[in-house]
Amino acid sequence: MIFAGFFAPYDPAEQDRKNPYLPPMRLHLVDHQGHFHARPFAYGVKLREGSFDQYEEDRTETFPLKFLVRGASYRFLGLVPSRLHLFGTETDRIYLLGSDSYGRDQLSRFLYGGRVSVFAGLLGASVTLLLGLCVGLAAGYYGGWRDDLLMRLAELFLALPWLYLLFALRAFLPLAVGPLEAFFLIIVVLGIVGWARPARLVRGVVLSAKERDFVRAARGFGAADGYLLRRHILPETSSVLLTQATMLVPQFILAEMTLSFLGLGVPEPVPSWGNLLSSLQQYSVLVSYWWMYLPALIMLPFFLGYLGLGSELQERAEPYKIGR
Amino acid sequence: MRPARANCSSRRIVWILLFTVAALVALPMAASPPRKSSKEELLVLPGEIGRSGGRLVVALRSEPKTLNPLTSVDIPSREVIGTMQADLVHINRATQLTEPALAKSWKISPDGLRYTLVLRRGLKFSDGYPLDADDVLFTFRVYLDEKVHASQRPFLIIDGKPISLRKVDAQTLVFQLAKPYAVEERLFDGLAILPRHLLEKPYEEGKIAQLGALTTPPNQWAGLGPFRLKEYVAGQRLVLERNPFYWKTDTKGNRLPYLDELVFLFVPNADAQVLRFQSGETDVISSTGAENFSVLSRDKKDYTMVDAGPGLEYNFLFFNLNDLGEKTSADLLQKQKWFREVKFRQAVSVAIDREAIVRLVYQGRGAPLWGLVTPGDRRWQDEKLPHPPRSLERARALFKEAGFSWTTASNGESTLLDSTGKPVEFSIITQSSSAERSKMAALMQDDLKQLGIRVQLVQLESRSLADRVTQTKEYDACVLGVFSSDADPNADVDVWLSSGRLHLWNPSQTHPATPWEAEIDRLFNAQMYARTFEERKKLYDRMQEILWDNQPMIFLASPDILTGARKSVGNFRPAVLQPYVLWNVEQLYLENDAVNASR
Repeated sequence: MIFAGFFAPYDPAEQDRKNPYLPPMRLHLVDHQGHFHARPFAYGVKLREGSFDQYEEDRTETFPLKFLVRGASYRFLGLVPSRLHLFGTETDRIYLLGSDSYGRDQLSRFLYGGRVSVFAGLLGASVTLLLGLCVGLAAGYYGGWRDDLLMRLAELFLALPWLYLLFALRAFLPLAVGPLEAFFLIIVVLGIVGWARPARLVRGVVLSAKERDFVRAARGFGAADGYLLRRHILPETSSVLLTQATMLVPQFILAEMTLSFLGLGVPEPVPSWGNLLSSLQQYSVLVSYWWMYLPALIMLPFFLGYLGLGSELQERAEPYKIGR
Repeated sequence: MRPARANCSSRRIVWILLFTVAALVALPMAASPPRKSSKEELLVLPGEIGRSGGRLVVALRSEPKTLNPLTSVDIPSREVIGTMQADLVHINRATQLTEPALAKSWKISPDGLRYTLVLRRGLKFSDGYPLDADDVLFTFRVYLDEKVHASQRPFLIIDGKPISLRKVDAQTLVFQLAKPYAVEERLFDGLAILPRHLLEKPYEEGKIAQLGALTTPPNQWAGLGPFRLKEYVAGQRLVLERNPFYWKTDTKGNRLPYLDELVFLFVPNADAQVLRFQSGETDVISSTGAENFSVLSRDKKDYTMVDAGPGLEYNFLFFNLNDLGEKTSADLLQKQKWFREVKFRQAVSVAIDREAIVRLVYQGRGAPLWGLVTPGDRRWQDEKLPHPPRSLERARALFKEAGFSWTTASNGESTLLDSTGKPVEFSIITQSSSAERSKMAALMQDDLKQLGIRVQLVQLESRSLADRVTQTKEYDACVLGVFSSDADPNADVDVWLSSGRLHLWNPSQTHPATPWEAEIDRLFNAQMYARTFEERKKLYDRMQEILWDNQPMIFLASPDILTGARKSVGNFRPAVLQPYVLWNVEQLYLENDAVNASR
């Protein structure tokens, strides 16, 4: 994802208006006359007469796949301007994952979109968890009126009609939000909306942890609040936090889609996984263009891997709890 | 709550009982072959002869809010009311011309101020009560009553004075106008004639606007349309049955409508409507999107899909040309300097790839637009209007003439600068509910990027968009569309007059802000009161040319009206005017009963 500019063959916003909804091109090694080529190639495509989205291969044209070609400009790691791409063709465009309704390359959109979505998801989840953790710890550990205050506040946040508040937020903000601002906006909005639930969970864990014998013992030996929290109570919350984190990231990627609907999300033409998925909400896309599923299918192992990472970390953190 | 509901339902049962008794009484009349008695002056409709019976199921986007023609504003309500009510003079949706309806003829006095309408003799409301001139008098009294707030009232005020009418005899009425009005008879279209015997009392009690809830007992509601109320199931369906007293017949003398029942199902979303249609739960589908239309055309099994051609919807881009005063941000004021420059608007217009919009947004099922009159409107096209293809060179030349210049960055991207050296960038707002318009904006964003203009897209929820355009006026540019209700220019009076609320780029002006807007006002008013079509056409053409020269709205494209019906539905002739499919509902019929029996 970080190297999206290099791996993606094209600029994700570039529209190829001749080729909307082009199915993924097949890469061939053997041509229609039976000759073998060492370099994979694709045939050209042409629109079937009088149709909008039916293509057929045009065998008179071939586009050999080249590696390390020069194409659309981007900034490598966001710093160094570059034009080098992992692969591409010299003449026409090649679509390995097909194209969307504007004729934009789905593969490039997927890679660039991942950059936005994964980071927004991760950062949003961190903000949420951090907020939730602080509030939860404070409420659970200190108890009393602080607990009451913080938990009522959390309940208030859970009960708020977010949709309308977001409308209001939208009205306050300047109309046009740049992609970068939108990105941080999403993180902040997600963080603020989401902190209440983890905070309640953390508080529950803290409440039970602080009554545990070893905590009482430590307190008896004169441990300060800060030490107790850091050394004994914080580790107890890690499993809750990890499960929350694994659940929040995919949730936030989908939430970003909703935010786009309210004009708070990533604006066109910047791709994000949320807006790649949102095109799948249309019935006609679902039944006509199978390759539009591909980004979703590729996301699946990503999320599975992420969940796996989460549970692996959990095992490492508390091997005795899992009980292998 | 509960006892009240029980009470209500038991009362409904009583009504249903009463109603069946009434129907039994009515039945012998309906069943006997319709005689062309000398007393009844029926309208004979040409067209395919159908067979009686069966029911047609239609999906509605949402539940109609009311059955009351006085208060209906939403499309589902109007669609349902259209099948239950009738008007004096009707616009034929296929020919777009006026035809006699309840009035069998009308005469215009030489000065154009007096219309004499003669009603058909012997007509009856759907509950069997006879219609006479008093019903018409009553109807117009209600429409014109300020306290009723009828949505039709503004159309009946001509040159500031309401239309007046008087009765000559039981069949004849005279309408008096303050000023000759071009298409007076078109005004009668959609003005449902109300049953005085049912509504006079509520009207005098001031309760007429509250009537017409869907839960109204069928025997307390009547109209002159082909169907009448039968049953309403909240959240699911509204069932109408044939009106046995309907006043049209086919050429063989069979009384219309052919259908026994017309069922409206409430299916809230467009994709679900397609699924219902595919699975055979509904018989017709109207105004589908191009994508769903091609899905349906591809796997058509037992249905016909018809592309009726471009409708009357026109989509356009407009810039914020409001006079905002000192309160607004300096940023927007700066941008407005560009927007006010007519060459800037012309350059943007010529830089837009309208063909690509039609192809990518409507899959080719639409028409590019250079003026407000869509190809669906057959009589009002201005043939002299230029249709220049997209040209970046022309756009660049126009920008240069207006004092703009370009600068090229190190990565080869050029940026358009205004005369003070500020880069040109603005945002376009669109409704997030309209995927089509958002897509148009995304295409324009790319078109304008090639000229070095950075455009940002902002999707807003419909209501906040309307609020920005008409109230706060904090926006740069916006893509919207207008559905004309009629092929006649007068339907869009609110859009073109500078005082109109839908004069979107600068609504509700007290004085025309620019000389050309003043000229448009003059031309539009003149055509409204001109007497002949040729005269009006000349004035209206001139208005279209002024709009083209000044580009306050940059017209983009108009979608086709896409419809479909099961093969068994006869007389299916969709039109480009609303209601696209049900405009000839009295003539629709089902070819075999097996289809219905299996349901």
